[in-house]
Amino acid sequence: MSAVKMKINGKAVSGEVESRTLLVEFIREHQGLTGTHVGCDTSQCGACVVHVNGKAIKSCTTLAVACEGADVTTIEGLAKGTDLHAMQAAFKEHHGLQCGFCTPGMIMSAIDIVKRNGKNVSEDVIRRELSGNICRCTGYHNIVKAVQAGAQNM
Amino acid sequence: MADTNTGVGASVRRKEDLRFITGKGNYTDDINLKDQTYAYFLRSPHAHATIKSINTAKAKKMPGVVGIFVGEDVAKDKLGGLICGWGITSKDGSGMKAGPHPVLAQGKVRYVGDHVAVVIAETKEQAKSAAQAIVVSYGVLPHVIDAAKAMKSKAQVHEVASDNRVFNWSLGNEEATNAAFKNAAHVTSMDIVNNRLVPNAMETRAAIGSYENGTESYTLYTTSQNPHVARLVISAFHGLAPEHKLRVIAPDVGGGFGSKIFIYAEEVVCAWASKHIGGRPIKWTGDRSEAFLADAHGRDHVTKAEMAIDASGKITGMRVHTIAAMGAYLSTFSAAVPTYLYGTLLSGQYNIPNIYVEVDAVYTNTAPVDAYRGAGRPEATYVVERLVETAARELKQDPAEFRRKNFVTSFPHQTPVIMCYDTGDYAAALDKALEMSDYKNFSKRKAESAKNGKLRGVGFSAYIEACGIAPSAAVGSLGAGVGLWESAEVRVNPIGTVEILTGSHSHGQGHETTFAQLVSTKLGVDINSVSIVHGDTDKVQMGMGTYGSRSGAVGMHAISKALDKIEAKAKRVAAACMESSVDDIEFKDGTFTVKGTDKKMAFGEVALQAYLGHKFNTSEIEIGLKESAFHDPANFVFPAGVHICEVEVDMDTGLTKVADYTAVDDFGNLINPMIVEGQVQGGVAQGIGQALLEGAIYDEDSGQLLTGSFMDYNMPRAANMPHIENFRLGFTCTPCPTNPMGIKGCGEAGAIAAPPAVMNAITDAIGVRDLPMPATPLTVWTAMQSMKKAAE
Repeated sequence: MSAVKMKINGKAVSGEVESRTLLVEFIREHQGLTGTHVGCDTSQCGACVVHVNGKAIKSCTTLAVACEGADVTTIEGLAKGTDLHAMQAAFKEHHGLQCGFCTPGMIMSAIDIVKRNGKNVSEDVIRRELSGNICRCTGYHNIVKAVQAGAQNM
Repeated sequence: MADTNTGVGASVRRKEDLRFITGKGNYTDDINLKDQTYAYFLRSPHAHATIKSINTAKAKKMPGVVGIFVGEDVAKDKLGGLICGWGITSKDGSGMKAGPHPVLAQGKVRYVGDHVAVVIAETKEQAKSAAQAIVVSYGVLPHVIDAAKAMKSKAQVHEVASDNRVFNWSLGNEEATNAAFKNAAHVTSMDIVNNRLVPNAMETRAAIGSYENGTESYTLYTTSQNPHVARLVISAFHGLAPEHKLRVIAPDVGGGFGSKIFIYAEEVVCAWASKHIGGRPIKWTGDRSEAFLADAHGRDHVTKAEMAIDASGKITGMRVHTIAAMGAYLSTFSAAVPTYLYGTLLSGQYNIPNIYVEVDAVYTNTAPVDAYRGAGRPEATYVVERLVETAARELKQDPAEFRRKNFVTSFPHQTPVIMCYDTGDYAAALDKALEMSDYKNFSKRKAESAKNGKLRGVGFSAYIEACGIAPSAAVGSLGAGVGLWESAEVRVNPIGTVEILTGSHSHGQGHETTFAQLVSTKLGVDINSVSIVHGDTDKVQMGMGTYGSRSGAVGMHAISKALDKIEAKAKRVAAACMESSVDDIEFKDGTFTVKGTDKKMAFGEVALQAYLGHKFNTSEIEIGLKESAFHDPANFVFPAGVHICEVEVDMDTGLTKVADYTAVDDFGNLINPMIVEGQVQGGVAQGIGQALLEGAIYDEDSGQLLTGSFMDYNMPRAANMPHIENFRLGFTCTPCPTNPMGIKGCGEAGAIAAPPAVMNAITDAIGVRDLPMPATPLTVWTAMQSMKKAAE
């Protein structure tokens, strides 16, 4: 077992983990933050995307011990009180979700896409960069719309 | 309309979204119970084998192990096996040959992924590690994977079916249909395969079973589309506990698409085994690899289909023979899918006087096959629409006009295959789709694509489906083991807020919003004063759940009935309070008024008075404001529409892009257009996935699933879908006459309509007649090369 310390959503947290404990397990099971999901076992679906030191990563393929001292943001850390992040609001406004399971990862990826490509990111770039996030419900149509709209308000 | 902002017909933003976009959803795997243990299932590595012995001695001593159970333990406890809830009678009058399906294998395994043992431990990792230490000695048997070969295979999946045939079912008049073919001026004949799909809801299946010693009762959290049906089956057939001692909770569920209708071994085992480990809760969360192996798959039909056409271009007959794979066991709903959800839709939107269909359902050594979005209707539509398009091409007729000439135009229309279509206007949808897709300028776009080295093609799909399942007596006469009604209870609180308890279950459909919209319109209350309660058998008495696009047409109809009773009761209270006769009370926009006076009471005031009982005689009017209703539908509902797809095929690589997609659907009235559009977009994506990307493949030699992860099974990604401006949705409306909302189901239409539209477009683009799904670049490129060769 190893001790690990990091900041999650601005709060300092620590715990004892096995060397093989994944970041997503640390987030979901040790910290009880269940908004981050696991939808596959091959790092394809993106339901587990969180931000580590400002960058989107798949927490199902990151070891918790590798995040020692890191600054982690999960879906629970986006809203400021009752004020939703622009991307969260855009997903609701544009019906960018149905069952909601892929949504946290989608929103975390979307924010990263906009941060790297700017607010006028093209539809083609959004579609290409969402290749690591799978949604079975929406057909992506409204997700792409939501990302475009959210980008304008970020 | 009480409130145009939140009532029926408005694109109200979803009430459920806030918890999902903030990470506050409550899915089964998010739930953790005190003293919880974890289950891991040891699965068969063989497609077909006898189990000679299972040695768990070493595994039992592994760290953290709480218990290990195998088939013998289940048998000793007389825990019943999994059932198929629909019985199909063969053409010769014999019954369906259902083999046993124990929750843990007994003596034999029949597919890779079959459940052999369960290990329960303090942690997931410990359970998994211990499972690796279980020694199973298998005697490998011959297996069969391909449905087309099953009846002639030396492998025998179940003792009850010597030729692996579950049933040989037929529908329609064979003699009359044969005569139609004899007299036909033209016959189009095709071999059609409907590829096997893996549903892949993004949330994998999960369950937490717990037994409470003090009350001798079980609680099961599970990822279900129909928790009440799960409770009924686990009580009545598995015999775990009577219904009042078994609570089933399906909390937030991350997509279903049919795959979470069924009762699965894992959930039954988790509940059952909890009692055997002293009542500690047992949690199982399937990983994606397990979902690929052991969730029920969809489709997998091998069909020979023919269409007879007379000299005037009218379709006079259709003859279809299908071999439908059922997999290794009959899953909950499976037998209904290639029969009453398939054969009955083979008339499509067309006036076809003679239809005959015969279906051989066969066992194969694969995961069970059951309902997946559309369930039988996509397979039927694919057969009809590939045949119609191909016939039009062979007759050198415009595919749109050939369809128009054969459309059903008067209603009600009785088809030769049971269904009676109630309403529709198929030409209106065709006209709208032709206009929206700018069909008349297709040749210009084709020329434009050619300049860029791309072959452009256009394909149609004029689909009809039957949903809103279903009239109970009718399905009962066809073999269903349950009635397919729905229930609702409306509880008005003293301050006028409303709780709706429904037997429907929402796993992405947005019932918390749409059902509240109906309440808003009918009672004149704000949707934020309405809450929808579902998915818990301790709260909602009984229900049949959500599948077959039934929650609008059937579930909301039950709510509507209960709301009518609320209005009637509230009118009596209002009349007493305002000292008038009930007949003089009018209710509009949430206000009760006395005709011809200025007396009025708001809905909330009447609700309060109903609970106070100060102003009426409580021996005449009962205290309170709570009503319930069961609703059994009078008929199926028949959504229909026309989808037009344009594709561009890269000549060098065979890569196909959906360049343009137009969907025009008649769902009757729309409760929430935004949500309906979302259903179509998602359904079309699954249809495009089936046509271009997806296909479950088992290795014939080893019986192993080759497409066992998202790295091998090609799920539709954002870049596979048409651009926003190239994906157009339109609606026509013929209100459904059998429900007061006038609605038809919208959940499956996209997945039903899209595959033939896409395949018709690709075959048009490259000029080939037959092409299998999925039309991968390799498949398309190979077809183009063989065309080239043939031309040389």
